[in-house]
Amino acid sequence: MTIVANKPEPIIYELSSPGRKGAALPECDVPITQLPNHLIRDELKLPEVSEVDVVRHFTRLSQKNYCVDLGIYPLGSCTMKYNPKINEEAVKLPGFTSVHPYQSAEETQGALQLMYELQEMLGEICGLPGVTLQPAAGAQGELAGILIIHAYHKSHKDTKRKKMIVPDSAHGTNPATSSMSGYQVVQVRSDARGNVDLEALRKLADDETVGLMLTNPNTLGLFEENIRAVCQIIHDAGGLVYGDGANLNAIVGVARPGDLGIDVLHSNLHKTFSVPHGGGGPGAGAVMVRRDLAQFLPGPIVVKRGKRYKFAMPRKSIGRVKSFYGNFLALVRAYVYIRTMGRENLARIAEDSVINANYLLARLKEVYTAPFGNRICKHEFVLTGTPFVEKYGVHTLDIAKRIQDYGFYPPTIYFPLTVPECIMIEPTETESKQGLDEFADALLQIAEEARTNPQLLHDAPTTAPVTRLDDVKAARAPVLCYKD
Amino acid sequence: MAHRFIPNTDADRATMLQTIGVASVNDLFADVPQDALYPKIRGVPHALSELDLMRELQALSARNAMVNERACFLGAGAYNHFIPATVPHLVLRSEFYTAYTPYQAEISQGTLQTIFEYQSMICALTGMDAANASHYDGATAAAEAAILALNQLPERNKVLVCPTLHPEYRATIRTYLAGHDIRVVGDEDLRATFEEMVDKHLDDKTACVIAANPDFLGRMRDLKPYAERVHAAGALFVVSVYPISLGLYQAPGEYGADIVVGEGQPLGNPLAFGGPYLGIFAAKDKFVRRMAGRLVGQTTDTKGRRGFTLTLQAREQHIRREKATSNICTNQALCALAACVYLSTLGKSGLRQVAELCYHKAHYAASKISRLPGLRVNMEQEFFNEFVVQCPRPVAEFNAALREQGIIGGYDLSREYPHLGDAMLIAVTEMNTREQIDAFVEALRQNAKVKTQKGRRKKEEVKSKRQRAKLRRQKPRDETRGMW
Repeated sequence: MTIVANKPEPIIYELSSPGRKGAALPECDVPITQLPNHLIRDELKLPEVSEVDVVRHFTRLSQKNYCVDLGIYPLGSCTMKYNPKINEEAVKLPGFTSVHPYQSAEETQGALQLMYELQEMLGEICGLPGVTLQPAAGAQGELAGILIIHAYHKSHKDTKRKKMIVPDSAHGTNPATSSMSGYQVVQVRSDARGNVDLEALRKLADDETVGLMLTNPNTLGLFEENIRAVCQIIHDAGGLVYGDGANLNAIVGVARPGDLGIDVLHSNLHKTFSVPHGGGGPGAGAVMVRRDLAQFLPGPIVVKRGKRYKFAMPRKSIGRVKSFYGNFLALVRAYVYIRTMGRENLARIAEDSVINANYLLARLKEVYTAPFGNRICKHEFVLTGTPFVEKYGVHTLDIAKRIQDYGFYPPTIYFPLTVPECIMIEPTETESKQGLDEFADALLQIAEEARTNPQLLHDAPTTAPVTRLDDVKAARAPVLCYKD
Repeated sequence: MAHRFIPNTDADRATMLQTIGVASVNDLFADVPQDALYPKIRGVPHALSELDLMRELQALSARNAMVNERACFLGAGAYNHFIPATVPHLVLRSEFYTAYTPYQAEISQGTLQTIFEYQSMICALTGMDAANASHYDGATAAAEAAILALNQLPERNKVLVCPTLHPEYRATIRTYLAGHDIRVVGDEDLRATFEEMVDKHLDDKTACVIAANPDFLGRMRDLKPYAERVHAAGALFVVSVYPISLGLYQAPGEYGADIVVGEGQPLGNPLAFGGPYLGIFAAKDKFVRRMAGRLVGQTTDTKGRRGFTLTLQAREQHIRREKATSNICTNQALCALAACVYLSTLGKSGLRQVAELCYHKAHYAASKISRLPGLRVNMEQEFFNEFVVQCPRPVAEFNAALREQGIIGGYDLSREYPHLGDAMLIAVTEMNTREQIDAFVEALRQNAKVKTQKGRRKKEEVKSKRQRAKLRRQKPRDETRGMW
């Protein structure tokens, strides 16, 4: 990082000077109407800065960020792949940005066609033909999906089902979604090979089971070896299998969740389909379902009548999960990505993401302990830092912070919760072998430092814009907005 | 063969597979049911070159009627506002848009500080103590506010929504609460006054009342007495806002709101066919620990320098799982950044100026339209930049005719508010020039006349000049009177 990036940047309010302006607006060209004085505010605490101040301030702040365009961003379960530039050119087209959501279907055929084709393509890729593009993110897709399952049971007058089974390795959003949907979360443990424990699952599945929320490959990066048996157990109990598609990148084009027994699936378009993460969002969380469940989808969704496209609400829709139709510009990016890859390259995504992950695992597992190193992983894998704690007093957090000093973003840490001192690495297919080697070399070097000079790790990072931050202080007396 | 997004060459793959210790890529997918491997994905077209794809996208986008090439009077929850050049330029710095959620704070200070600044500006606008880093949109923010209230007051199970809260927000709230034993009431009678509504529903089971200011019909009110009534019943008062109006009007914090939500799209985000938008969520201090979503707090690093970090994470799904306040993970961070740059650029005087331009232009338009024969506007009702026009025939017919003249007419209220009859909701912003407004008024006059000529010619002819003058002087019947 440059010296500029490490210079403290004032809060924009601290740059403020009374009377400065950052924008020029046109004069009022209509007669003035008396303002309603009793409703008018007397104070508005916004900064007063020039356009130059604004541009420099945010440019300097941008330099305090790591990003995919700088290098590998190996956050496990986050699929931080390269965000193609053509996506960003596509979403600048005024025909996409400058369209009001309530314009008539006649005026928006282009947008509707794009959404329709994306629905079709996602249904095809996932092997689940009913598709809604409305959910704004993966977690919202989950909520929609679970409400679809709720509606399914309700339509069968099957109201006693209250238990949602969630594996212990699941993303936090799964149990959170289940309880948000009014269900009781029942955890099923993983077996020694990292699969759902079939015996435990059989005992849990009964006529009160709503379904199972399954991430496959799971958050250990392992493909569920008994996927068909798992789905069978749930189906036999009358439940449905919800697929958390956060890890779809590992199998896209190689296998379709619908062919494996999944009934409802969300896909984070900002993971597998290259929509940028934007520092936390926006994403998009399309939901795909079996044909007979399509009547419950949230909507509206796009339908084609003859040559015309229009919105329609599925017959027994669970309703809408947000206003309008979805994060449209995120959908445009996903559409552009799929059209860029084409059917012939989809499997390359999964293959190379899996090759890259296994290659990194192979290079690291002699030095770092891989709890499931005896298995082939999919797009990601987990390591445990426990031996480093025992031998050198170095924690996973210290390793992660030290990785920053080598110019990389650290992997996901302390997740999944089932692996102590977990380090979870997902390189994605967009990294080259050279890039992976550099990253592996850095991790091996850090392991060496842990042995010879652990203080380096405890003090890290030293090259970032700030050193470690006091999280306890931040939480004890929260300062959540600027006060002068 | 390497792909431009997938750098591994065949030679790289061969070397890597060797390091992994497998013979072929197939070995990496040995745990996937073999009959499901490599499905035919016919519904996805073949790959396109960047050039060909851009050409196709241009053609597709050109099939949408663009707001920027027309005069747009459509609002109803999404608004056509000026976006200063600083916004797209800064937001599209890849250090911002290709970064992930700022979990590793030291190398994410850029994102973290911008969120902190966004939170600060939202607090200033709304008069609240804390704002989160965003929800998906105004609708989901309103739903999360209802959930907060229900969690805050666990013995209560009722949510009151005002009939003039955006119809899609009301629908979203219902979807979010579908799995729980919660009653969402208040909008059965669309004509009800606030008094009628609260008399009927407000009791010790009511967790919150959700109102909008301006409401869906554009009307502004002093909500203080209503806030008092809600608080007297021990419920929380949630107000949904149009953030541009807050450049001019009192902050909801001043009139007793506990939680402020709203659609943040007007703050620097394009219309983009409905998304991605920005869910504003702000609350009083005492609710901070029940708030959903990400919060950025200020703290210090080990050297005592100011820094920013995600804080109070114990509320969130990745820590608390099924006990989390919400399942939200991905949010709309980049849209919040756009709002932050927008508010910084416009600043104190700029936002006020935009709000005043909206106000004056809307009042100019309303007053001209109110003088047109056959059309009615209630000029006594306080409104910001949106107002209801009662039309002599279906709005769809008006809009079809306006379309021919390059005008995007207002929102047709007949479906959501049938008791208003043929009513059009018209939004005017700083984007509308006087010329556009005059042309719009003229077009309305022409189109109002068509029917008169065709259908009512005889009836009209009977009326003497005096009778007609008398009719014009009569107070227009206001169908929205009293309505909440």
